[in-house]
Amino acid sequence: MPRIKRELYNKEICACSIFGAMNRDGERFNGAGVMKAIANMHVRGNGLGGGFAAYGIYPEYKDYYAFHLMFTGKTPEDMRSAKLVFDAFLCENFDVVFDEEIPHSDVKEVSDPPLIWRYFVLPRKQGEETLLSDEDFIVKMIMWVNTRIENAHVFSSGKNMGCFKGVGYPEDIGEYFMLDKLYSAYTWTVHGRFPTNTQAWWGGAHPFSLLDTTVVHNGEISSYGTNRWYLEMYGYACTLQTDTEVIAYAADLLMRRQSIPIEIVAKILAPPIWNSIDRMNEKEKKLLTTLRMVYGPLLMNGPFAIIIGQTGKMIGLTDRIRLRPITAATRGEMFYLSSEEASIRLISPELDSVWTPNGGEPVVGELNNMRTVL
Amino acid sequence: MKSFVFPEFQIIRDEEKCGQCRGCERQCSFGTHTYDPLTDRLISDDYKCAGCQRCVIFCPKDAIVIRPTQSFYRPNASWSREKIEDLKKQAETGGVILTGCGNDKPFRIYWDHIVLNASQVTNPSIDPLREPMELRTFLGAKPDLMDIEAKGGDVEIKTKISPNLMVETPILFSAMSYGAISYNAFRSLATAARQSGTFFNTGEGGLPKEMRQEFGKCAIVQVASGRFGIDAEYLNCASAVEIKVGQGAKPGIGGHLPGEKVSLEVAATRMIPVGTDAISPAPHHDIYSIEDLSMLITALKEATNYEKPISVKIAAVHNFAAIGSGIVRAGADIIAIDGLRGGTGAAPKAIRDNVGIPIELAISGLDRRLKNEGIRNRCSIIAAGGIRCSADVIKAIALGADAVYIGSAALIAMGCTLCQKCYTGKCNWGICTQDPRLSGRLNVDIASQRLSNLIHAWSHEISEMLGGMGINALESLRGNRDHLRGVGLHEWELEVLGIKGAGE
Amino acid sequence: MSVTPPSEERGNGMTGSVEIDAGPLETRELNDQLWDLMLAGIQKVVIRNVCGQRYIGTRLYSPEHRKMEIEIFGTPGNDLAAFLYGHKITVHGNAQDGVGNTMDQGEIVVEGRAGDVLGFSMRGGKIFVRDNCGYRTALHMKEYEDKRPVLVIGGTSQDFLGEYMAGGIVILLDLYGKSHKGNFMGTGMHGGAIYLRGVVEKEQVGNQVEISLLDELDREILDRYVSEFIERFPDLGLSKEEILKDEFVKLAPKSKRPYSKIYAY
Repeated sequence: MPRIKRELYNKEICACSIFGAMNRDGERFNGAGVMKAIANMHVRGNGLGGGFAAYGIYPEYKDYYAFHLMFTGKTPEDMRSAKLVFDAFLCENFDVVFDEEIPHSDVKEVSDPPLIWRYFVLPRKQGEETLLSDEDFIVKMIMWVNTRIENAHVFSSGKNMGCFKGVGYPEDIGEYFMLDKLYSAYTWTVHGRFPTNTQAWWGGAHPFSLLDTTVVHNGEISSYGTNRWYLEMYGYACTLQTDTEVIAYAADLLMRRQSIPIEIVAKILAPPIWNSIDRMNEKEKKLLTTLRMVYGPLLMNGPFAIIIGQTGKMIGLTDRIRLRPITAATRGEMFYLSSEEASIRLISPELDSVWTPNGGEPVVGELNNMRTVL
Repeated sequence: MKSFVFPEFQIIRDEEKCGQCRGCERQCSFGTHTYDPLTDRLISDDYKCAGCQRCVIFCPKDAIVIRPTQSFYRPNASWSREKIEDLKKQAETGGVILTGCGNDKPFRIYWDHIVLNASQVTNPSIDPLREPMELRTFLGAKPDLMDIEAKGGDVEIKTKISPNLMVETPILFSAMSYGAISYNAFRSLATAARQSGTFFNTGEGGLPKEMRQEFGKCAIVQVASGRFGIDAEYLNCASAVEIKVGQGAKPGIGGHLPGEKVSLEVAATRMIPVGTDAISPAPHHDIYSIEDLSMLITALKEATNYEKPISVKIAAVHNFAAIGSGIVRAGADIIAIDGLRGGTGAAPKAIRDNVGIPIELAISGLDRRLKNEGIRNRCSIIAAGGIRCSADVIKAIALGADAVYIGSAALIAMGCTLCQKCYTGKCNWGICTQDPRLSGRLNVDIASQRLSNLIHAWSHEISEMLGGMGINALESLRGNRDHLRGVGLHEWELEVLGIKGAGE
Repeated sequence: MSVTPPSEERGNGMTGSVEIDAGPLETRELNDQLWDLMLAGIQKVVIRNVCGQRYIGTRLYSPEHRKMEIEIFGTPGNDLAAFLYGHKITVHGNAQDGVGNTMDQGEIVVEGRAGDVLGFSMRGGKIFVRDNCGYRTALHMKEYEDKRPVLVIGGTSQDFLGEYMAGGIVILLDLYGKSHKGNFMGTGMHGGAIYLRGVVEKEQVGNQVEISLLDELDREILDRYVSEFIERFPDLGLSKEEILKDEFVKLAPKSKRPYSKIYAY
C-alpha cells in the first residue's frame, strides 16, 4: 500500500553577510565597489549563494517592468522547454517590448548555471483583471508562474531595477554577470550566503524580490511557519524554500498594498517588547498594541538583519533585540549598510559617521529627489 | 502553607533485625532517620526520603526496605500521581518543578526495537578471543582525498591532516561539570579515561589547575555559554575543545548550578563569587547565527594553534540535520548530539520530559544528510542520551555514529541510583554534591576502577557482537545500517531510522 | 614584512619593531605571521591596512607568557584579541564585534568605537574604548579575587550592558553628551559593578540591579581608571577633575543569587 506522503516544508537556515550602498543624489556607479566589499566578508559565507539587487540600471527601459527569469532543469533541453511554456504564457498576458539572455561571462567557480533571461514588459489585463492595479496583476501572474510552470522562476520584476543571483560566492556571481562592467546603479544591495541545506539552488540565493522590493537577509526566521500561512492567505505563494521569502512578501503586503510607512512596518516586523509598550503614552500605546494585535502573525521572530531595497530607498532593519549585527555609515551623499564595518572602510576609508542602529529601529536612506529616477 | 503532597517513598524497617547502630542516620543527608534515645529506636520520616537506597545498601543488618509508595488516589489514566502532585507543589510554591537525571517517561526506546545481524554460512563470524578485533576509532575531520607522493621506496603524504582524537574504544565519558558533580567523581572519570584509553569531558565547570598536567591529554574541555574557567592554558592543555551549544536534557534553555553547589574550589575554577548561582545562558551570546558559530570555531582553532579538533555539542531537536550540516560547514571536526534521554544535574522537569527527540532517530538522519551532501568525512559524530548497555553502543554505531558519550551510565557505575535529586547537592553517594562529608564517601581509586571495569566489559561485548557479524574493525560497521532490522516499528520509523523491518 | 629600527615612542630598549602590510593578507596568513614573530622574540609589531582580518592576537599563547605590543591601523575584524593572553593591542580606528572575547590578561585600546559583545566573558586585563560600543557589552564578565577585568568606554553602550555579569568593572563616561539610552542593563547581573557618568531610569536596568551613589571605594576605583583612560587618549584634551566632578551612578547586583526563588524543590 503506498504511503501517504506528508507535506512538510523544508526551511533552510540562512546565515550570511549583507551589504548595501546608495548614492542619495541618484548618481549611478558600477558594481565593482560592492563586489569588493562583500568579498571582504568572504568568511561569513560558504560559496553556496550570492546575489545583488541594483536600482537604476535600465534607464532606457524605465517605464517597463523588467522581468528576470531563471529556467532550471537537469539539461539545457529542460531549460529551453520551460522557457517555451513561459514565453507562451507571457505573450498572452503581457506586451513584450524587448527580451534577451542576460549577458554573462565564464567564471570557473560558477558552474551549472540555469538559463537566465530578461524581458521588458507591460501588463495586458483582460476581463476581471482590469479591476486590479498593474502591480497586483503582476504579483498574481508571478505567483502563478512560480507555482505552475515547472522550472521557471521569476526572480526580479520591478521597473528600472534588477536582481542578479546564483550559486557561488557573491564576488564570483558579480563577475559572472559582469556587474562591474555593464551596469550602473544608484543603489546596490548584496548578499553572501551560508545555507545549511543540501541543494544550494540558484533560486534559493538572495535577494528575494517582488516588484521593486528586494530583501537580503542575515539570520533565521523561527516564526517562518506562522508568517508563511498568514501571507498565503493574501495570495502569496512561498515556493522558494527560504525564510527570507516571507520578508519580501510582508514588505510588499504592508508597504505597497497597504501603504504603511517603513517606520511603522518596522514596528510590525520587529515590535517593542510589551513591557516597553505598556510604559508609553496613551497614543503610542494604542497604536503599537493595535499593530501587534492585528499583525501578530507577521512578527518576525529570530535573529535577523535585513536590507530592503525599493525604488529611491534603502532600508536597514534588525530584529528587536539586535541579535544580528548591522553597521550604518555615511560619507557625503553615500549611505552604507553592512554586516561588518571593515567592508565599508575598504571602499570608503573616510566616513562622516558610523553607527550601529538599535534593534527594531529602521535606518532609511532616501533619494534627495525622486524625480531623478522616475 | 500545609503541603497536600504524599511522601514518594515508604520506609519499612524490620525492628527485629535493626540493631540501632544509627548507620542509616549517618548515611542519610536528607535527615530521614533520627535516633530517639527515649525509646531506643530509629524513627524515619517518609516525607524526607529521596529513595536513593544508600541506607538500604549500607545497613549491616539489611533491616530497611524503601520502596515507592503506590498512588493513593483513585486510578486515573490521565491524572497520574506524578501529575497531580507536581501540580500541588506548584500551587504551594508558584515555582518551576526542578529535577535531575534523564527523561524517565515511557517514550518509545528504539534501541529495544532494533536487532542485530549475525553471520552464518555465507560469511564467517569471528571469535574475538582468538582473533584481533579492532575498536580503535579516530574522531575528527578527514580530508576528501589525499595527495601521496611515492619516490622510489619512500612514500610522502603531502596533504595536511586535521587533528584527530584516537580512542581505543568508542565509548567516551560525557560532559559532567565539576560543580554539578563532586571533585572525587570528576577525578574518577579522568582517571578511568586515562586508564582505558578514552576521553572524559570536563563539562562547563572548567578543569582544575592541578589536574591539567596529569589529565589534560585525555580531556575534552568545554566552552559553554557561561564561559566558566576558560583561559588559554585550559584550552591548550586538553586534547580537544568542545563548544557546548545544547544538551539533550534541556534543549534550548540554559544551565543552572544552584549556589549551594558553588564551593570555594568550584568558584575558583569557574571564576565567579562563592555561593552564587552559576548560570549558563541558553545561547552563547556570541553565537546568534551559524556564521557566528563558524567564527567561534575558528577563534578556538586559532587559540589552540590548529592543533586540536573542535567539537560542537547540540541537543537532538527537530531540525538537527540542517543544524548538523551547518555545523560541519562552519568548520567543526566533531558533532556531539545529545538526545531526549540525556541526563542533567538540574533541569525544569517540563523541559527534560518534553523537549527534544530520541537520539536513535537523530543519528541516522544526520549521518544520511551529511552523506547526501558529500561532507560526512569532514566530521565525526558522537551520540549521547541514555546509552544503557553495549548493545545500545553498537546499534548507535551501525546507525551512523562514530562513538558514544555515556553520562548516566558512568554515574551508575560509581553508585548512582537515579533518584533524581541531584539539584539538592545532597547526594548520599558522594557524586552530585560539594559537601565534603558526602563527597568523601566516593573513593577515587575504587570509583575509577568501577568505571574502567564498565568500559572493559562493554568493549568485550561489542567485540563479541562485531565478530558475530563477521566484522573485525569498527569502521566497517559505522553507518552500515544493513546490519540492523526493526521489530515492532511503524513504517515511518523504519524510514527515519533508515533500516528495514525484520524479515525484509 | 619589513624590519624598522627600534621604536622611539616607547623607549624601553626592546628588540626592534616589525611592520606588516595586512592589505593582501587573509586572517590566517596575518595570524601565522604574528605567531612566527612571537616565536622569534619580536616584541613590537605595527600592522597597516587592516581590513576585517579576525582573531588578531588570539593565536599568541605561549606557556612562557611572552608579551608583545601590537599596533593596528585600519579596521580589525571580529573577535579581536579573543582569549588574549597578556599582550597589548592598540587600534587606530574602529573595532568590530567580539573585542576581547574571553580575554584573560593584557590591554586593548581602541581609538574609535567598538561593536557588539565587547569584553564578552572577559576574565582579566583592561580594555579602553574612546567612543561608543554596541549591544551586550561585558556579557558574563567575571572576576576572581585580585583577577579583575576593567572596561572603560568614553561614550555610551546600547542594550543589554552587563548581562549575566559575574565580576569586573565597567565604566561608561558619556563624554559626548548622548545620555545612557540602553535598556536591559545588568539583566541577570550577579557580581561586579558598572559605573555610569550621568543618570539612568529604574526601567532601564534589570530587576536584580540596584542603582546607588558612589562611596569612597567607588571613587578610588573611578579615579584610577579614569586617569588611565585619559592617559590613553591624550588627543581628547580632558582632565580627570572635569570628568569626576559630575554625577555618577553605580549599578550592582542586589544579591549573588538572582534566581534563587524560581524553583520548587
